[in-house]
Amino acid sequence: MLKLILRRVIVAIPTLILVSIVIFGLQKILPGDPVLAMAGEERDPAVLDFLREKYRLNDPLPVQYVAWIKEVGQGNLGVSLRTDIPVTTLVSQKLPVTIQLAIMAMFFAILVGIPLGILAAVRKGTRVEFGANLFALSGMSIPNFWLGIILIMIVSVQFRLLPASGYVPPGRDFWLSMKTMLMPALVLSTAIAAYLMRHTRSAMLEALSADYVRTARAKGASERIVVLRHALRNALMPIVTLVTILFGELLAGAVLTEQIFGIPGFGKLLVDAVFNRDYAVVQGVVLCIAVGFIVLTLLADVLYILINPRLRYS
Amino acid sequence: MKKIALLAGGLLMGMAAVGHAQDLRIGMQDDPDTLDPHRSRTYAARIVFTSLCDKLVDIDSKLQFVPKLAKSWSWNDDNTALTFKLREDAVFHDGSKFDAQAAKANLDRALTLPESQRKSELASVSKVEAPDAYTLVINVKQPDAPLLAQLSDRAGMMLSPKSFAGEDSASAVGRNPVCSGPYKFVERVQNDRIVLEKFDKYYDAKDYAFDKVTFFAIPDSTVRLSNLKSGGIDILERANPSDVPAIKQDAGLVFKPVTGLGFRQFMFNVNNGEGAKNNPFSNKLVRQAFQLTIDRAAIGEVIGGGIFPPAQQPFPLASPYHSDKFPVVKPDIAKAKALLKEAGMETVQAQLTFANNTIEASTAEMVQAMAGQAGFQLSLRPTEYAAMLAESAKGNFQVDMRGWSGRVDPDGNIFSFVTCKGTLNDSKYCNPKVDEILRKARTISDQEKRKAVYDEAQTILQDELPSMYIYYQPWPFVVQKKVQGFEPFPDGMIRLQGVSFSKG
Repeated sequence: MLKLILRRVIVAIPTLILVSIVIFGLQKILPGDPVLAMAGEERDPAVLDFLREKYRLNDPLPVQYVAWIKEVGQGNLGVSLRTDIPVTTLVSQKLPVTIQLAIMAMFFAILVGIPLGILAAVRKGTRVEFGANLFALSGMSIPNFWLGIILIMIVSVQFRLLPASGYVPPGRDFWLSMKTMLMPALVLSTAIAAYLMRHTRSAMLEALSADYVRTARAKGASERIVVLRHALRNALMPIVTLVTILFGELLAGAVLTEQIFGIPGFGKLLVDAVFNRDYAVVQGVVLCIAVGFIVLTLLADVLYILINPRLRYS
Repeated sequence: MKKIALLAGGLLMGMAAVGHAQDLRIGMQDDPDTLDPHRSRTYAARIVFTSLCDKLVDIDSKLQFVPKLAKSWSWNDDNTALTFKLREDAVFHDGSKFDAQAAKANLDRALTLPESQRKSELASVSKVEAPDAYTLVINVKQPDAPLLAQLSDRAGMMLSPKSFAGEDSASAVGRNPVCSGPYKFVERVQNDRIVLEKFDKYYDAKDYAFDKVTFFAIPDSTVRLSNLKSGGIDILERANPSDVPAIKQDAGLVFKPVTGLGFRQFMFNVNNGEGAKNNPFSNKLVRQAFQLTIDRAAIGEVIGGGIFPPAQQPFPLASPYHSDKFPVVKPDIAKAKALLKEAGMETVQAQLTFANNTIEASTAEMVQAMAGQAGFQLSLRPTEYAAMLAESAKGNFQVDMRGWSGRVDPDGNIFSFVTCKGTLNDSKYCNPKVDEILRKARTISDQEKRKAVYDEAQTILQDELPSMYIYYQPWPFVVQKKVQGFEPFPDGMIRLQGVSFSKG
């Protein structure tokens, strides 16, 4: 087990280096001059020159890259060109926001998606399955920005039940924080719930037609035990992987949802940084997301081994 | 069920209302950039500064200068020295006193800080002196009429000198600005909020009703409006023109629009690089013909929901330099066709570049249709904003549509755009006569005489038409009905003096 984790960590290092090169290269391909985007309306030539010099934009790319990597190696991700706030501060401000949103959205998605998937598999061919499929189809095809705005109009403007947008840290006011995050988490969870439902359904269908399920039925086990203990535990394997990967994607930020609900999360930070050509922020944030992804996939592997005893001996 | 929902709603609302009685919440479209007035560049940051950082002078709604940190001011006889008498009761948020030395330190910083965005605004300043504790003298190299206007904005904002004394001061100031305004800085969460609280030692503190002011960045205009309707915020800036009819009908809201100092314009590439070659718009007659196809009033009605006043000249309606001599040109397709014929063209093929957002795109489509009546075949090129900036600077455009947020002094709305070496002159239009006139206008401090000189420049520019103005940028504010005493200013700032919540 330890050996496996260690091996994964070692493999992750070249991945990270590659990611850092790609991040660095990609944003240099972005059209537009970062200095023009930064220098504001007046575009004072002296300011333009100073900024180019300060951010080493006149140096060749490899020189810029090495300078950046050196700083990153010392834990310094740089300072936002736009707001003067260090990137590490930004990350530590935004990460909890995004994690809270991701956990809440994932919670709703699992709560709805998995039981619905099981139900659809067990009641195959009935109206229940039709309903579940309809739900999945709508969940996947209704755009988040539309659903978000409609929800705001009904829940916040019409009935004034929840705050329309914004973010309150749970440490400051736990219930207000939950209330503010409720709508965005629900909106974000629709597509994931649909995804989980579809996958649970097909995994369950496969499991239910497996030999061991027939054996269990033959033994006279109740339908509840057959479905929940025998079929579900086996069907869960791919779902666990799916959940961790989806969770990783949520951490990279849900840009549209964050934009609509004015949530200061990772996605919005990144998109704004791209539009403002705030290179330091783009680089720092993408690097953090990449690290997060690698950690999560590692976690998925470990979880896999814990759930599936068959893998422990290979 | 309905009853329960209503009950729960009432309960939640009641909970939300407690404890926020004297807190003002403002919803803004953008998150401000750095909060260092000497380096900041955005409109959103200026709104925050208006409550946070006092400046030497301010403007009133007629764009006339009024005292702020300076009680009075005067130019010497040959307009080479501007002397300010400063107020003696102003204090910075860190408790240190504001005086002439502090003002000098600030202006010196704005002039010398490598990243200063104020250098070009203060370019004429040769030396700043503080002959006594409350007298400030700014010497200029040559007469500079726009200087006072610059000092009514970020260039005239005063930071506590202690706050920028240390190492790496530039970033530190941006993170924690220490000024002398009616509100002091508390905290900032990027992309979310900036919180200010009342500064008790402010000299006019009694005129400021709110204990706390929070600026929220809510980029989506529909969501911003929803927040206002649901009581999450009290004031919003930049309502979407298409929401105007609904806002006017809402009994709980008050619509407070004002025509701003800025404009939208077409800039024609007359002489900049590859884009100017084979550009039909490098011919003056084609530019004039194009203007005759555009119905500015129709754009204002359709796209602007009635709040985009047509613009023929760069000087805004509120400016004393706005001239009656240049009425808005009405569309005249026959005349446009005649001009094209005179230029030897039946049809004109050209490309219109614009920043890719809803308002710009629909304006461009309307323009395409209107210009089509006279034989213009415009292809539309929507471009991401930062990319468009770079393309235009390089001359990779034929005609583009761009905005300018506007300046109090007329010079700021014209000089850099049309002078031969102007920093914003992506058209590279160059007429030495225009340069000469606009330079002369900078040296005249008498309003009447100066206006006559600008009229002279405009007479040439309206004929040669390197730029064509479309409409003046409005600042459509919307406030809750309970907000009393709020008046919008043409500079789009939110001045909280005398603003309060009505009781009950």
